[in-house]
Amino acid sequence: MFDSLSDKLDNALHVLKGHGQITEVNVAETLKEVRRALVDADVNYKIAKDFTNTVKEKALGQDVLTALKPGQMMVKLVKDELTQLMGGEAEGINLSGDPSIILMSGLQGSGKTTFSGKLANFLKTKKTKKPLLVACDVYRPAAINQLHVVGEQVGVEVFSDEGNQDPVAISKAAIAHAKQNGHNVVIIDTAGRLAVDEAMMTEISNIHEAIQPHETLFVVDSMTGQDAVNTAKTFNERLNFDGVILTKLDGDTRGGAAISIKSVVNKPIKFIGTGEKMDALDVFYPDRMADRILGMGDVVSLVERA
Amino acid sequence: EKTKTSFMSKMSKAVAGKTKVDEEVLDDLENVLVSSDVGVATTIKIINRIEDRVARDKYLGTEELNKILREEIAGLLSESETGEAANIQLPDVKPYVIMVVGVNGVGKTTTIGKLAHQFKSAGKKVVLGAADTFRAAAIDQLQIWADRTDVPIVRQKMGSDPASVAFDTVQSAVKQNADVVLIDTAGRLHNKVNLMNELTKVKRVMQKVIPNAPHEVLLVLDGSTGQNAFEQAKQFTAATEVTSLAVTKLDGTAKGGVVIGISDQFKIPVKYIGVGEGVEDLQVFNKYEFVDSFFRQ
Ligand SMILES: Nc1nc2c(ncn2[C@@H]2O[C@H](COP(=O)(O)OP(=O)(O)OP(=O)(O)O)[C@@H](O)[C@H]2O)c(=O)[nH]1
Ligand SMILES: Nc1nc2c(ncn2[C@@H]2O[C@H](COP(=O)(O)OP(=O)(O)OP(=O)(O)O)[C@@H](O)[C@H]2O)c(=O)[nH]1
Ligand SMILES: [Mg+2]
Ligand SMILES: [Mg+2]
Repeated sequence: MFDSLSDKLDNALHVLKGHGQITEVNVAETLKEVRRALVDADVNYKIAKDFTNTVKEKALGQDVLTALKPGQMMVKLVKDELTQLMGGEAEGINLSGDPSIILMSGLQGSGKTTFSGKLANFLKTKKTKKPLLVACDVYRPAAINQLHVVGEQVGVEVFSDEGNQDPVAISKAAIAHAKQNGHNVVIIDTAGRLAVDEAMMTEISNIHEAIQPHETLFVVDSMTGQDAVNTAKTFNERLNFDGVILTKLDGDTRGGAAISIKSVVNKPIKFIGTGEKMDALDVFYPDRMADRILGMGDVVSLVERA
Repeated sequence: EKTKTSFMSKMSKAVAGKTKVDEEVLDDLENVLVSSDVGVATTIKIINRIEDRVARDKYLGTEELNKILREEIAGLLSESETGEAANIQLPDVKPYVIMVVGVNGVGKTTTIGKLAHQFKSAGKKVVLGAADTFRAAAIDQLQIWADRTDVPIVRQKMGSDPASVAFDTVQSAVKQNADVVLIDTAGRLHNKVNLMNELTKVKRVMQKVIPNAPHEVLLVLDGSTGQNAFEQAKQFTAATEVTSLAVTKLDGTAKGGVVIGISDQFKIPVKYIGVGEGVEDLQVFNKYEFVDSFFRQ
């Protein structure tokens, strides 16, 4: 796994260095290595291809290519391009509503319930909000209990209706409850669902339709592989979500799915999850993510050697 | 199906009667494998095998070719002792202790529920051990599976020592003369040294009751996980000597191809696949069906 891009690029860049300048031939060789490294980092293979083509155009289209250190330039080009791809204005969460309604969505086990708790905690402690957590997962064994435990951990009230099998009704009742009790944020946890599960996708579209959330978040496991594009695309088609949450980044995954998702749906990555505890949430930094995906915390040393 | 047919026929046309496979077709094959999460290294390995095979046995017909393609890919998957058995089988050890491990949210607890159902249906006496004492409502979740499948569960309160729960479970299973024990553990990322050490301890403590327990360490991998699954397999094996794999969530569009390289490298067989959230949604792994799914849209 960690025969990282540094090593690969080092080899490929060797070729470049010998030539002293970037030509169509040696740039192709280098970019093939970059593409493979991206795929090994779980960037979707089609997107990796498009990406390296873009980098190629940029590389060939510039005068600087005849400069003395083409290798150095290539590394910088790749990293800058990645950073830009994942960047865009870092928008926060839309809290303009009264109450502001936030809907969670995503695959099974991606981290929705945990993140709901973290977000409630964040809004309560950092934004002095009074959130309400809502248990709309009526399927997973003990899902409602889980949210109650999480709510207790962060000291936020949890609205649930054990036995009620209709998430639309539960979410509407929760919003009414929030209005009556002075909650200015409502965070709705939903069941995990696969993008191909038509009935479940219709269910979440119905919830979305009924409550008109100010913010719909797509929660995705950062260890996800090639399938990230399918899932993100379908959820976006159904919900036109506002932002992405990347979880479990406290692991050692490269997290290439971040690029895939950004490329496919062009929605900002708003927060990352970095642990199981309720304070393990961070804002997203595109440049750090680019470094991580490229496996080059040591870009600098690579550049120095090139 | 369309993808499968067109790919297969294209492949056949390209190699029939030749000693070398067209570059373009190999690119296509590479795309199919890579988009199934097989990973670059394993994909290259498969392509080399196919090239070698074609060079050896030239003049291949369509049918032979499809067979070879499946064989070469499936050939990397380690065999389990139970082979291609369509039913879940248990070795002649009583109680047979299975410890279930994996990173967060992959489907450990659900897989245990499904296994409990299968064993119970096969007339076995099952005991569950709730050794995830950490995650919110983890014990309640396993309790619901125990109720659903009507099997006993050994549990302590949240926050108690998981090794102690595992110890109690195995002891209770011996006393009850149970056939099979399923130990649920908390999800943990493989790069967390303390948590991995805790798992080693859970395993060790059970051996105080039964010297060679657990007889099986089942690593659960999420079918939508990409190349990080390699590192998971490596670290969980280092901590607990994983003996079998289960791949979950294959009812979606993810293919789970990363297990090919894992099974090949670590010589661990894939035993089960998860294809849904229901109690029946567990299947014994069939490597040919698995490989075929890569070529299906
Ligand atoms: N290490 C780590 N674990 C996390 C993170 N976020 C969530 N988890 C864990 O991942 C597992 C699944 O999290 P949940 O919050 O239950 O996921 P979910 O999306 O609500 O799952 P379903 O409701 O079953 O679809 C749990 O073990 C969490 O503790 C994270 O950022 N880091
Ligand atoms: N679609 C589908 N969902 C599954 C499958 N297996 C498990 N799940 C779902 O995935 C989510 C997580 O499953 P769990 O069994 O709680 O996973 P876990 O590994 O025990 O999670 P932690 O204990 O939090 O680490 C739940 O929503 C399950 O219903 C499967 O084969 N297919
Ligand atoms: Mg949940
Ligand atoms: Mg569990």
